[in-house]
Amino acid sequence: MDDAIERKLTISHFWVAFSAFILACFMGEYQVLERSGLISALDSPTVYFASVSTHGVLMGFVLTTFFIMGFGYYTATTSLKMPVWNPKLAWCGFWISLLGTVMAAIPLLTGKASVLYTFYLPIQAHVAFYFGAVLLVVGSWIWCGIMLVMFSQWKKAHPKQPVPLAMFATTANALLWLWTSVGVALEVLFQAIPLALGWIDTVDPGLARTLFAWTLHPIVYFWLIPAYIAFYVFVPKQAGGFLFSDEVARAAFIVLAVFGLPIGFHHLYMDPEQASGWKLLHGIGTFVVSLPTLVTGFTVIASLEIAGRLRGGKGLFGWIGSLPWTNSMVLAVILSLLMLILGGFGGVINASYAMNAMIHNTAWVPGHFHLIFAGTTVIMYFAIAYYLWPLLLRKPLFSNSMALIQLWTWFIGMSILTTPWHVLGLLGQPRRISSVVYNTLLTLAWKPYELAMIFGGLILLGSACLFIYNLVKTQLNAAPEEFTQQIEYAEPIHPVKTVPDYLNDFKLWNRVIAVLMAISFGVPILQFFFMDTFGSPAWGY
Amino acid sequence: MQINAILQKCHDLIGQFVDFLQDFCAQFRTVHVDPLEQKWIKIALLIIALLVGIIAIDAFFHGINPPSKVETIDSARLHLSKEFAESNLGVQLDDKGAIVVRMVAGRYSFFPKHISVPAETKLTFRWVSMDVLHGVHIPMTNMSTMIVPGYVAEITTSFPKPGEYPVLCNEYCGLGHNHMWSNISVIAKEDWKAPANIIANKDANNG
Repeated sequence: MDDAIERKLTISHFWVAFSAFILACFMGEYQVLERSGLISALDSPTVYFASVSTHGVLMGFVLTTFFIMGFGYYTATTSLKMPVWNPKLAWCGFWISLLGTVMAAIPLLTGKASVLYTFYLPIQAHVAFYFGAVLLVVGSWIWCGIMLVMFSQWKKAHPKQPVPLAMFATTANALLWLWTSVGVALEVLFQAIPLALGWIDTVDPGLARTLFAWTLHPIVYFWLIPAYIAFYVFVPKQAGGFLFSDEVARAAFIVLAVFGLPIGFHHLYMDPEQASGWKLLHGIGTFVVSLPTLVTGFTVIASLEIAGRLRGGKGLFGWIGSLPWTNSMVLAVILSLLMLILGGFGGVINASYAMNAMIHNTAWVPGHFHLIFAGTTVIMYFAIAYYLWPLLLRKPLFSNSMALIQLWTWFIGMSILTTPWHVLGLLGQPRRISSVVYNTLLTLAWKPYELAMIFGGLILLGSACLFIYNLVKTQLNAAPEEFTQQIEYAEPIHPVKTVPDYLNDFKLWNRVIAVLMAISFGVPILQFFFMDTFGSPAWGY
Repeated sequence: MQINAILQKCHDLIGQFVDFLQDFCAQFRTVHVDPLEQKWIKIALLIIALLVGIIAIDAFFHGINPPSKVETIDSARLHLSKEFAESNLGVQLDDKGAIVVRMVAGRYSFFPKHISVPAETKLTFRWVSMDVLHGVHIPMTNMSTMIVPGYVAEITTSFPKPGEYPVLCNEYCGLGHNHMWSNISVIAKEDWKAPANIIANKDANNG
């Protein structure tokens, strides 16, 4: 099958994603440097908060959305062995999202939208920022539609056959994202934009926060699912073994999509506008959704063990040494899991309802999500890029050893960056401050940790540059006469001939999501229309 | 007649649902799950149940909940409200002798800028914002809450150790966010005296 169209589509998405990524990496290093107060000439809250807002939007919305869309097109076409449905529409989605990105970037970079990537009404940004965000999301909805169409087309052509796991998980992510993005879409369309245009005088920040919380948790699963897809469908094969269980993997993706959604209130534990019963309900859901992650950890490690033993590893731990550590995908998954274990412990503390008070909005929180997102998730984005780049360009990777150095330095840099960040949180440092001006002895204890973070950030920046350099060099390489490498999906130990309908389709799960969302967000949103609430006017920053 | 029809309908619906559940379970029994993985799933569920159990017991029996009193207030008219008028802010005793601390968060400080409270004593903090979103925490204590304009954030806690503590804004509220802080002195219980200007406020709960 000639997949030139799909390859071009995917690589275009990837380049937007990684361009945003490298720009945001430079901003990240600037931010740790500015915040430490080491160079007083850098001190500027105006630049700092413009930078933090841009860094958050580029990493959280642009890198992720474009990467996921590009990866989804290529996964769909290669796993289903059919061309992307309606490539013109796919390009349309790409350009809409890119237009949105540029439209949001202009106010962000000129300091007209320093409201952070979480919006924070009633603080108000330039209206172009909100329109840009909407277009970025609208473009991604087109991707969701194409994924759902391809999923059902394949099913129609192959009745009773199990949908390939890679596509099953990608479709789960498309469905998850459609549900996820509704919360923030409501906030932007009915609150932020009308307020910015002067159509309404006030907004209720309590309602805004509730709607944002709807999006804020499942969005991290939207980002994480590509990493999990690589865990299940690439890693076992690259390690030289088999996938431990295909059916349990499907169940894990379903639980992620279903229970990832109705639990956003763990971001509102400390908020006054929601009652404790709702928070507790969402808190319990938060623990339930750790189940698929625990199962994924088991399946991936079991798959690695099979590979290690097939390669001659002996004894209780001997198989670890016999894994192909020089394979970038295998190295990445090992480092990713290490960061997931550490980040998972932190996550349990965040999720623990009233205990959240200890670390809420302290430096611990960005420490946590950098470890889990920039660590666990993004290192798998790197591994996927290293794996797909040669396939997309029909050229060998410029340097595998450079890729290995890059993955190791990313891991080391992330450890040096996030460990002090967590400690700073426990020592009471608030997040999102541009400098430390509090006249209290407590701040003396913060200094060494801030300096360590600069060093960690520097290693990460170097690592990010190596990553981009490797990709660019690969792209500029001369194409070899013959390139035969094909994408390889892992085979399960027990091949699946049939799976229950419930593990092969999302109609039922879509209804379950609707019911769970109605239960967990119905009353908490409707309450704002029955209470005597007082809106807030727009404020500058 | 109508009631019978409705009952019949309910009966049918329940029947359908039971059929669906049976079908669902029957299908799931055909799924191949390795015995080792089954064991792991059981262990994982047990860990989750343990953590949820601890949290639920603390919430239901020990009353350990995050600040969640859903109480609205007009943030634009705080100065006109009885409760949060300037003369009424800070440490007060209510008519039962309990300590209530009323604080206003506004860019860029917490008002009053300094307060003194006794250690090892139950304190009820009532925080309101006069402008945008804020958050507040006192490091090394449990005093932490978001302050959302339009709502009163109420939290009851006590400080075990006397000392001077900073009160820090922990939510981005504008370019001066890092300058938003104030002080609180926690004084040994036996040394603390209710300030002279304290008046019993019988309308404590009426904004």
